[in-house]
Amino acid sequence: MKPSALLAAVALALAAPAFAQDLAEISLADPRQEAQAVALMDSIRCVVCQGQPVSGSNASLAGDMRRLIRERIAAGDKPEDVRAMLVSKYGDWVSFKPVVKPATLPLWIVPLLALLGGVWLVSRRVRLGRG
Amino acid sequence: MNRKVLLWAPFVLVVALFGAFFVGLRNPDDRVIASQMVGKPLPEFSAAAVMPGQPGTASSDYRDGKPRMINIFASWCVPCAAEAPMLAQLKAAGAQIDGIAVHDAPEPLAKFLAQNGNPFSRIGLDPEGRAQIAFGSAGVPETFVVDGQGKIIYQHIGIVEPKDVPMLLNLLGIKP
Repeated sequence: MKPSALLAAVALALAAPAFAQDLAEISLADPRQEAQAVALMDSIRCVVCQGQPVSGSNASLAGDMRRLIRERIAAGDKPEDVRAMLVSKYGDWVSFKPVVKPATLPLWIVPLLALLGGVWLVSRRVRLGRG
Repeated sequence: MNRKVLLWAPFVLVVALFGAFFVGLRNPDDRVIASQMVGKPLPEFSAAAVMPGQPGTASSDYRDGKPRMINIFASWCVPCAAEAPMLAQLKAAGAQIDGIAVHDAPEPLAKFLAQNGNPFSRIGLDPEGRAQIAFGSAGVPETFVVDGQGKIIYQHIGIVEPKDVPMLLNLLGIKP
């Protein structure tokens, strides 16, 4: 082992205990709660490095949000309540899961309309082919 | 005629769609995230004292009828040093400014304040960003104005610039 690699290994070994208790980085003991927390983290947007979920971001504010999410889930809060809390602070934008409300209605309706339009076009084609 | 329009419509739609994609790619989505807490009462928060002789700050400090500014900053934040002269100017005009130092530590914070001045009545340490998230703040520096009833009436994202000083004084009810 090169001296620099050895140094890095020692530094890592020393640094690890400092994070050992930090819920921003370590999993919850209960696997079911951890799964809930991770699912939520995957769908909460990091407000610093936008476009990344907080689960995959190195920004310190993303770490703060992971810690907060794990704490609240461990305390028995429902994931959707934690999401609602974050949305109440940062707006809908912080959640990757779009909500249904008048402003987002087109998002939900347009695919349906497109599907209906497609069915109509195809059914015409079929009828024409037969005729 | 009608049939021709119908035939060309999908093509036109696709061209329009790609046009929208192109414009979207040229203008990256670099948006400012405004706090949803503006217009609402201060959230519950507490940031412990860190500087000797300067109290920390908590939500219970803001219901005494006096409007205040809360500056969210950090010693490691370069733009925060740039807004120091404006904060000093606001303080000189009679503004009360409280500071919340995010992800900070006593030593670098003391150094920062010695270098850039200390316009704060109170300074609280927010090592895990709890107060920052409670405020719906997405970065540093950000400045909130709280009215005398403990309601957030304004959020300023980024550096307080010279042109912002009269507006902030006005919000605080201070005649220049």
